[in-house]
Amino acid sequence: MAAAQPRTVRGRVAIYLLAIGFAVFSGFPFLWAALTMVRQDSDLYVTTHNPFVLAKPPTLGHITDLLRNTPYLQFILNDIVIGLATVVITLALSLPAAYALARLSGRWGEKVGIAIFLTYLVPPTLLFLPLSRLITVIGLQDSIWSLVVVYPGFTIPLSTWLLMGFLKSIPRDIEEQAQVDGYSRLGAVVRTVFPLALPGIFTVVVFTFTLTMQDFIYALAFVSSSSSMTVSVGVPTVLIRGDVFYWQSLMASAIIVAIPVALLYNVFLGRFIRGFTLGAVKG
Amino acid sequence: MTVAQRPAEIAMGPRRERYLLDSERLLGPALMAPAVVYLILVVGYPLVLAFLYAFSDVTTGSQSLHFVGFQTFIAAVKDPVFLTTLRNTFVFTAISQALVVILSTVLAFVLTASFRGRWFVRFLVLLPWTTPVALSAVIWLWMLDSIFSPFDWFAQLLHIVPPGGHIIFLGQSDLAMGSVIALQTWRILPLATVILMAGLSAIPAEVSDAAEVDGAGFWRRLFGITLPLLSPVMTVALLFGIVFTFTDMAAVFVLTGGGPGNATQVLASWAFYKGVEGGNLAVGAADALIMFPVLLGLAALLLRIASRAEVS
Amino acid sequence: MAVVETKSLRKEFGHTIAVDGIDLETGEGEYLVLLGPSGCGKTTLLRLIAGLEHPSDGDILIGGQVVTHLPPRARQIAMVFQSYALYPHKTVFANIAFPLAAAGMPREQRPERVHWAAGRLGIDGLLDRRPRQLSGGERQRVALARALVREPQVFLLDEPLSNLDAKLRAAARDELKEFQQRVGITTIYVTHDQVEAMGLGDRIAVLNEGKIQQIGTPDQIYHHPANTFVATFVGSPPMNLLTRDGRLLGFRPEQFLPASAVGERPGQVIFDFAVTRVENLGSDRYVYGHLPGVDPEAKVIAKLPSTVTTPVYVGDRVPFALSGGDLRYFDQQTGTLTAAGEAKVQP
Repeated sequence: MAAAQPRTVRGRVAIYLLAIGFAVFSGFPFLWAALTMVRQDSDLYVTTHNPFVLAKPPTLGHITDLLRNTPYLQFILNDIVIGLATVVITLALSLPAAYALARLSGRWGEKVGIAIFLTYLVPPTLLFLPLSRLITVIGLQDSIWSLVVVYPGFTIPLSTWLLMGFLKSIPRDIEEQAQVDGYSRLGAVVRTVFPLALPGIFTVVVFTFTLTMQDFIYALAFVSSSSSMTVSVGVPTVLIRGDVFYWQSLMASAIIVAIPVALLYNVFLGRFIRGFTLGAVKG
Repeated sequence: MTVAQRPAEIAMGPRRERYLLDSERLLGPALMAPAVVYLILVVGYPLVLAFLYAFSDVTTGSQSLHFVGFQTFIAAVKDPVFLTTLRNTFVFTAISQALVVILSTVLAFVLTASFRGRWFVRFLVLLPWTTPVALSAVIWLWMLDSIFSPFDWFAQLLHIVPPGGHIIFLGQSDLAMGSVIALQTWRILPLATVILMAGLSAIPAEVSDAAEVDGAGFWRRLFGITLPLLSPVMTVALLFGIVFTFTDMAAVFVLTGGGPGNATQVLASWAFYKGVEGGNLAVGAADALIMFPVLLGLAALLLRIASRAEVS
Repeated sequence: MAVVETKSLRKEFGHTIAVDGIDLETGEGEYLVLLGPSGCGKTTLLRLIAGLEHPSDGDILIGGQVVTHLPPRARQIAMVFQSYALYPHKTVFANIAFPLAAAGMPREQRPERVHWAAGRLGIDGLLDRRPRQLSGGERQRVALARALVREPQVFLLDEPLSNLDAKLRAAARDELKEFQQRVGITTIYVTHDQVEAMGLGDRIAVLNEGKIQQIGTPDQIYHHPANTFVATFVGSPPMNLLTRDGRLLGFRPEQFLPASAVGERPGQVIFDFAVTRVENLGSDRYVYGHLPGVDPEAKVIAKLPSTVTTPVYVGDRVPFALSGGDLRYFDQQTGTLTAAGEAKVQP
């Protein structure tokens, strides 16, 4: 680890104070959401006492209500189906492309690589209008499959970039050895390089999946019936019913998704950073 | 051959006589093609269409489109809301990203130092980025509620508002803009921090150590050595942040819906209201495309930094 | 067992020519070493023979068949890489069985072959391990067993000893030689280490700048270098070279000894050696200086074995003797060995 690190007592204290400060800044909304989630109705709409103390015993009623009486589980199911399908398409297309960029391409490959990466910078805001029309033309409007078709547009660039880094870090000798040992150029890659890239592939699976959950604009533009909605769109549109806000359930709906995703992210973060920087290494 | 007790001879000839799978010249483009074609279909083609739309009069219902030159752009720009939207977009992006740069630099240093509970702090810091933005915006919506916000309680405690008084976060122009900016800063901060942490770990410890041996104190090492070495990575983080913020509409859409009035309306959300809710694809596309030159500039900057980093 | 042949083989990478028209032919079951400095094209030549690179021009024949455009798997070769390239995700057993699986051998027949190959290299006990649990020497043996398992026509070895420490290297070198003699498979071995080359090769091909400088037995290479490149690349310290009568005169440092120590012999040549430095290495003494009577510019080294006890001091002018038959003459322009230098004794 680099960086100038204070070794004095004053430095240590500063680090802890800053760490606590940032933890509160980032975590406070989630703390507030968690507190709200378990509040009884009669405890929620009271402004007179300390809002960080539960005046009534906590209840899980709002969570069960969310799961039983709203399409929330359907949203989650949609997210899972969309995420998995997008992961499959993304890997099927980006793994070969990443390999070609890492090993097989000369100068033209570098340019294609940069072009692929730049498509990641084309924001959905520019694309959702023409895409919504195209989706209608191919008859996928109001279907989760419209999102499955569109999401690889931003997951392929990122995962190609990451996979390229992971593949570059695998020694060339290994696949050449497999060629000498009797496999074709392609066979050698499938037999040796892809198994060795598995940790990288898992990382890409996690990030592709979570990336699809982040999308708001496409899901909002393409899908209008609640049975096809994702969590991102369903919660702020369907669950907020008119002026009646079921805040406890809404908070629960956010927490239920946020915590597992963040845990998963944390596990893979180190690899993600490594993959991202490896991608930049010229091979 | 003097090999003793050799097991039965086996045929070791190649299994297949077709060597297509061995040709690198074929293999490279063949492996690349599916991804490239897919991206052309779902990114390249719609991007071209977006340009066509912006120069036409197409609406959601129309079957054909007529080219009208710059008329759509002129109509889009002449809309009195447009200028507000443009200004809001720049204010929203500039302030939030300035805050992100400062905060993420400090945070990256904190998180690369070793201290107890670092894992938990890192987890909390990442939460805003990993949570789908629409969901965190709903949390903020409740947190900034006009009556039940916990900040009201603090404000009353500190006598900023009279007892029983409230802060109307989302109902007043400036406060609403501040709220949207705060949400965006809060959620982009982890991304920038992660990029900066990667950059920090790439700076060899010897450089800083050597400076310390030379007698440079903490602040001198920070401003004289570490930060200059980090500046290319900081620029990359900033450019990513700008791209994601400049084109974002989720924070605004969920938190304020562009209101009050159009005080927090940004180009992206405005394009959405016009194009999807209003059904005017042409004007929506034109509103969105006005961002394009800015994005192009940002992309060019990113590439320049990347190529310069490769040279060194 | 097969003969490997290359016919005016060329390989260009962009504007650089890595292999520049190489004609080479191994003997049956021969141990041929490709020796040269880094960047001389020896590894490229090996990779061309393996089929990992495609030649720009020329042909490669293995066992009399043109394999120039065949992929590696169709050439019946085995290769051991500098890194050994063991598959890190497979056990030793699976590593050795890998070429068998590639050849489509039924699963139930594989263990017999694997045990046979492992037995030949004495690694039966390691079959359940993973590559990262092995020492450097064990890794080499696994790589060799994997190369041996399907009895290739040719072994290609790319500096297989360079990742071992000095002590292990000597032992591994013996083992390699002994192993090759036992299996008798034609072997092409790439190295930049002349000690390895001299010790292992039936013949040595010395390469420089993509061309073969000389091909011959270790003895021919050492004592009859075809040109000044071979003369100075092989041997430590290298051959002394001096200008004399418009030609280059060459002799080996260990052949240049104090006249008093060797005594008078027919055909002897005596030079006055002006000594500028003496290094005592224990087993040898290196004496540095120049020959004022021949070429005062050229530096000369004499290597005196510890059995020669004649005192030699800095500043001395000592008469040193050479056997006339040990003198070599090279053309001053081209650097090639001249016939006269081979045959005649010139005082």
